[in-house]
Amino acid sequence: MHEWALADAVITTTLKVAENEGLKEISEIIVKIGELQTIDTEIFNFALKEVMQPQKKLLENAKIKIKSEKAILKCKVCKHEWLFKNAVKNLSEDETESLHFIPETAHVYLRCPKCNSPDFEIIQGRGIWIDSISGER
Amino acid sequence: MDPRIEVIDKRLKDVKRIIAVAGGKGGIGKSSVASTLALILSKMGHKVGLFDLDFSGPSSHIILGIKDYEFPKEDKGIVPSEYYGIKFLSIISFSEENPSPLRGIDISNAVIELLAITQWGSLDYLIIDMPPGIGDATLDIIRIIKRAEFIVITTPSKLSIQTVKKSLQLLLELKVPIIGVIENMLDRSVYPNSPFVVLRRTGKSRKFTKSLSIKEQVKAFNIPFLGEIYFDKDFEDSIGNVNKLYNTSFAQSLKRIVLKILQNYPTK
Repeated sequence: MHEWALADAVITTTLKVAENEGLKEISEIIVKIGELQTIDTEIFNFALKEVMQPQKKLLENAKIKIKSEKAILKCKVCKHEWLFKNAVKNLSEDETESLHFIPETAHVYLRCPKCNSPDFEIIQGRGIWIDSISGER
Repeated sequence: MDPRIEVIDKRLKDVKRIIAVAGGKGGIGKSSVASTLALILSKMGHKVGLFDLDFSGPSSHIILGIKDYEFPKEDKGIVPSEYYGIKFLSIISFSEENPSPLRGIDISNAVIELLAITQWGSLDYLIIDMPPGIGDATLDIIRIIKRAEFIVITTPSKLSIQTVKKSLQLLLELKVPIIGVIENMLDRSVYPNSPFVVLRRTGKSRKFTKSLSIKEQVKAFNIPFLGEIYFDKDFEDSIGNVNKLYNTSFAQSLKRIVLKILQNYPTK
């Protein structure tokens, strides 16, 4: 499962932050999951628990909050903004799966609904992002 | 905070050497060298990965005749499929033969994503087929994979070497390890003899060959000149057929260069 690699990235980064900041215990990690990557949050949560397991001391009381963020796309050519959830209906299963692995393949399979350009920005909701890490020194 | 950067070293921890094959211009043979280099190292019995990082013009799969590309397997990330003993990853597994019109930030994101989620496992060499120039993908590899070593390709053309010099200047400034420069596509009708003979014949005369000139220009940077590869008219016909490819004079010349590199830099 690809979610495992991302969960591993979140925990590896948390450990690095804890080390840099001298944190002895992490109390909360807030993770944002962008809609574009269509992460399965149940699998992601499961993977997080597995990856956290060896870090009992530091992460024993850590609460992980997962917030989903809607994906908004904006055309560079005609400035039109649209929501990914409205565009995803037109994608095949394989195309959605491509976006799951590499959200940038949105530029391969999606077009601006107004002017049909592939030249658009992913304004928000791309992939996984750590919003904040809280803990005690 | 982007959680992907910190995990990349972990993903590459069992890769002994990472070699980026780069060059200033398009069409000078970066993908041909990268793919054939991977093939040669694999045939020598090394564990090899090949990562095509040219999202605009991926071509390693065409050179190696990989047609049945599909989504990589998933196991705690993605596991590159293996072809001819080479673990291979390219954007074509996700984009197929469609164009990937990516801007800089998208290229960066896609490079980082693939590095963060790919389980290369244990490798002797990971060869990276770089896109032309010193844009986003190159800067990201330099920024994120500090131990990536560069092989830089040029042709005898002034257009190529002038651009390559800019790449070399940047790599030197950023203290990036450089294995050396390969001069590709020399014209055999202009340089009919072996490089060694050409060098001896013209070394002290005024009639410097372009080959010698490039060699000297590279050496002026205090960078090793790894060798020349003559233009091989049979190369085009070998594209997509690894057996033919391996027997081309192109591959044989590259093999001599590889042996030289391995002699100077044995696998740790």
